[in-house]
Amino acid sequence: MRKLIATGAFLLPLLAAPAAIAPALAEGGHGPALLPAKFSFEGPFGTYDRAAAQRGFQIYKDVCAACHSMSLLSYRNLMDLGLSEAAVKGIAADVTVQDVNDKGEQIERPGKPSDHFRKPFPNEAAAAAANGGAAPPDLSLIVKARPDGARYVFSLLQGYVEFDKLSDQEKAAFGLAKDYKLEDGKHFNKYFHPGEQGYKIGMAPPLADGAVTYIDGTKNDLPTMARDVVTFLAWAAEPKMEDRKRTGVRVILFMLIFAGLMYAVKRKVWADAH
Amino acid sequence: MASTQGVPPAYNNAVIRWIDKRLPIFTFMHHEYGVFPTPRNFNYWWSFGGIAMVMLITMIATGIVLAMNYTPHVSYAFNSVERIMRDVPQGWLIRYMHMNGASFFFIAVFIHIFRGMYYGSYKNPRELLWILGVVILLLMMATAFMGYVLPWGQMSFWGATVITNLFSAIPVFGQDIVTFLWGGFSVDNPTLNRFFSLHYLLPFVIVGVVVLHIAAMHVAGSNNPIGIDPKGPQDTLPFSPYYVTKDGFAVVIFLMIYAAFVFFAPDFFGEPDNYIPANPLQTPAHIVPEWYFLPFYAILRSIPDKLGGVIAMFGSIGVLFLLPWLDTARVRSSRFRPIYKWFFWVFVLNALVLGWVGGNAADAELAIGSMHIPLLWIGRLCTFYYFFHFLILLPILGKIERPLPLPASIAESVLKPAMAR
Repeated sequence: MRKLIATGAFLLPLLAAPAAIAPALAEGGHGPALLPAKFSFEGPFGTYDRAAAQRGFQIYKDVCAACHSMSLLSYRNLMDLGLSEAAVKGIAADVTVQDVNDKGEQIERPGKPSDHFRKPFPNEAAAAAANGGAAPPDLSLIVKARPDGARYVFSLLQGYVEFDKLSDQEKAAFGLAKDYKLEDGKHFNKYFHPGEQGYKIGMAPPLADGAVTYIDGTKNDLPTMARDVVTFLAWAAEPKMEDRKRTGVRVILFMLIFAGLMYAVKRKVWADAH
Repeated sequence: MASTQGVPPAYNNAVIRWIDKRLPIFTFMHHEYGVFPTPRNFNYWWSFGGIAMVMLITMIATGIVLAMNYTPHVSYAFNSVERIMRDVPQGWLIRYMHMNGASFFFIAVFIHIFRGMYYGSYKNPRELLWILGVVILLLMMATAFMGYVLPWGQMSFWGATVITNLFSAIPVFGQDIVTFLWGGFSVDNPTLNRFFSLHYLLPFVIVGVVVLHIAAMHVAGSNNPIGIDPKGPQDTLPFSPYYVTKDGFAVVIFLMIYAAFVFFAPDFFGEPDNYIPANPLQTPAHIVPEWYFLPFYAILRSIPDKLGGVIAMFGSIGVLFLLPWLDTARVRSSRFRPIYKWFFWVFVLNALVLGWVGGNAADAELAIGSMHIPLLWIGRLCTFYYFFHFLILLPILGKIERPLPLPASIAESVLKPAMAR
């Protein structure tokens, strides 16, 4: 056993070495570090701040949903965020859904909780055509689909800079090429695809201080709104996270006791063999 | 099989007696897992075979349930996995267990292989046992690769494209082989369908080879940390209860670490890009295989010629088949090989560096002060060393190294542990 620990102590630094060297890698195109932020859903015991996620949904519904779909979610899922059944029915009924009736005719009807979130565009081509050639990504999994996704979205929403107001010195700090030009319809964002010709995002700044008035009267400055949207999107990306962590705590506790028992049994069995 | 010592136990239960007389499965289990004489000096590195077995069973059990809910079609695969994550009761648990189980199966198997290398477990009379193990590794790699394609995310699609395209390097027939593998002219629905079929089939082939692997082990008997054969009953212990309890403890500890990842960092080993649905029109910035392929990926990329790279990559596994004959040393365990012992750790370090190189962009550089070393050079150096270790170092070392004196028996080395250092 002592030997095993000693070997482990020797091996662990070996395994950790690549991680330690990684920051020393000289790669081009690293933009500024993401904004530091702590979220309620981080850590082994973290949960989704329900109030923040509900406010985040309000922002999604009023702002993001104009361009971004969330195809993996249904209105009924919102009940997991603490919304009442009546509230969810109301939210669903606010949208119009294409359907087919008993006679096989195309109809439009109010949405039901079992409907998926309404898509802003009928298809990807229409989405791209309406948005300067690039379809806005679906947001269902966006937090899981980007490295350090929560902090990335949080930073991106606050990362818009007016390009014309950047000094040459600041441009150099971003590592922009000499012939860098921001095309019409593109916006400069500190955290979007850094590179000599990078930082160009098609999305106009979606949020600004006071953009949405919260029903619950929470202060609606940009950082709060960004945090709320991120909380909602993190929940949308992994609605079963709280279940996972709760189960995990029980499993690990069980395994600890089980391991202790196994060790005691092993010691007892081996007592006469040494 | 070898261990037929001991009389069959007298079973009290009449049904068991009746069955055992006609099909002696109970006697077989008694011989091979009950009283099976096992060297008394195993350390915990010997538990990783059993741990790998537990992981194989975990993968098959979770995989069967996943297949009940998964749809192998390019239009539905991605969403069917997300449905498992969201709407199937406990689906997230099964899926995360399977996803992380692949990584932990490889962790167990890599440790198992390195253990075999350190203690010379591949040497006479266990050459075939070792070769069957390398076959299992190859089957695992094929299975894991095809499994990674199934969620049909960006890395699934582009990983499949890159790896299947390797076969186009084969002269004359290359492109035809690739078309045959794809079932069409690009990675598409037929590819996904056959990968799903094979991903379900191969684990059972692995089970078959594992049975042979274990059968061969029960003929030759296990190697042990000092690498000398047991000379009598004083050198061995019955497998049950001694190693059932020792391996059982090791399994629980291993599963605990596995569970920590499943429940608290389930996406640690994954790539964020695989949560983006596959898009044949958009290539990801960096196409990276799963971590367990990274050393081999680094070898592939370090050879400037495509065919050469493919040969080197397959050769890096192929050379393992020859290991029993490349290592010319008579002494098995590194404990008595003062020089090889160090080269073993250099080899491990070399493999880790290869993995690190494989995980970084092909044009990345390592900055030490003002020096910028292209990772490609480091990868080339490590690739050279990988083959140097097997093809040159091992044959020569066996001839020139003077091994330390071996203890007279396992029992003696257990009684006088200082001898074993």
